[in-house]
Amino acid sequence: MSAIIRVEQLNLYYEKHQALKHINLNIKEKAITAFIGPSGCGKSTLLRTLNRMNDMIPGTRIEGVVEISGSNIYGENVEVENLRQQVGMVFQQPNPFPKSIYENVAYGPRLHGVKSKKELDEIVETSLRQSALWEEVKDYLKRSALSLSGGQQQRLCIARALAGQPDILLMDEATSALDPISTLKIEELTRELKKDYTIVMVTHNMHQAARISDQTAFFLNGEVVESSDTPEMFSNPTDSRTEDYISGRFG
Amino acid sequence: MPNRKEFDQSLGELRRLLTAMGDHVVHALEEAVLSLQQLNIEQAKKIIGNDHTLNELEEKVMEIGSRLIVTQQPVAKDLRRIIVAFKISSDLERMGDLALDIAKVTLRLQDSTLIQPLVDIPRMADIVGQMTKESIQSYLDENTDLAYKVGVDDDQVDHMYSGMIRELHNYMIDHAVDGPQVMLLNLTGRYIERIGDHATNIGESVVYLVTGVRPDLNR
Repeated sequence: MSAIIRVEQLNLYYEKHQALKHINLNIKEKAITAFIGPSGCGKSTLLRTLNRMNDMIPGTRIEGVVEISGSNIYGENVEVENLRQQVGMVFQQPNPFPKSIYENVAYGPRLHGVKSKKELDEIVETSLRQSALWEEVKDYLKRSALSLSGGQQQRLCIARALAGQPDILLMDEATSALDPISTLKIEELTRELKKDYTIVMVTHNMHQAARISDQTAFFLNGEVVESSDTPEMFSNPTDSRTEDYISGRFG
Repeated sequence: MPNRKEFDQSLGELRRLLTAMGDHVVHALEEAVLSLQQLNIEQAKKIIGNDHTLNELEEKVMEIGSRLIVTQQPVAKDLRRIIVAFKISSDLERMGDLALDIAKVTLRLQDSTLIQPLVDIPRMADIVGQMTKESIQSYLDENTDLAYKVGVDDDQVDHMYSGMIRELHNYMIDHAVDGPQVMLLNLTGRYIERIGDHATNIGESVVYLVTGVRPDLNR
């Protein structure tokens, strides 16, 4: 497996505060990478640099390189809209549009110029199947997305991201607002999706990282302390700070 | 993520239990060999009667360890601490059974006299008793040097046991009539040598606990 995302000597500042320090990290293609670490350690900040969500925060300054599929996403000719389509994102709180289930998924493709009803129908069905929601909603596509349960809404948001045919899916604590059963469904779905997509997730649930990720990176005070194969990280971490964190000694 | 205070308390309890099991084994081995040297039937029966204590301690280790896994979901070294406690308690339980087997030899010889005063058997038992103490100490201190030393001492025990087999074999050629007792003494040597192997296993567990890699000290 080769690296689809390459982060090199990345520094990020919010005004004078340095939130990320000298990050070097390779993220493997078609695998699940988890970012773990205590609050404020920089894991969500790094996740948001991967589709330039930090651009929206005034006073943010970035140094270093973030390459996706070989091109620097902070380069001059990058269309951020296209980038965010290539790198989809799912957030902590499910945030469907107050529209129908169908429209939530069709919205992005339509915005990008897909007009044919047949083609849109296909994208909606494929995306909902991929997000394991199709069987539950196929007879109610015109119902409001807000009538769905929290777990279903989150899977709808995943479908919405997939409709843009991304290569990479970022998940920012995507199950932390869900009940255990919905969480399990999303976890299963994530494992299914890694066959076709690269997934990067931030999670506060250390055992979730252990359960489903292939690679784990441990963050502390804006630095990546350790990054390795997940089973190795949780059985024999090399850095004592990692051991302390996963064993509940601080954080 | 473990609740540190509760987790550390329970780990302390596991350490106390394993220390108690180690003390029990060392004591049972000493007493069993003494009972054989003196053909003291009462002493042998007492050892056999006390064995349940060791089984109860092992069950307690299993109970606390399982509870910690279920409630605290430990990872890395914390998880190894529990896996190793299971493994060590099961080694110690087997060591106790082997000490009990020596006591049973005493019972089987109750109407005989020893063909000669025992020399090698008590000497081997001393070394193995010491190895057992050191294996437990290496666990308590997470001391891999001491753990490896147990493996080295075990080679000495194996060597002594081989010598003992040869000697008993030669003895039997000239004194066929003592065959049954010679067989029992040979078995006793074997029991002690096995206790040494289990002590070495404990040493291996300690190295695994500290490094995450299980070495082979029992060669």
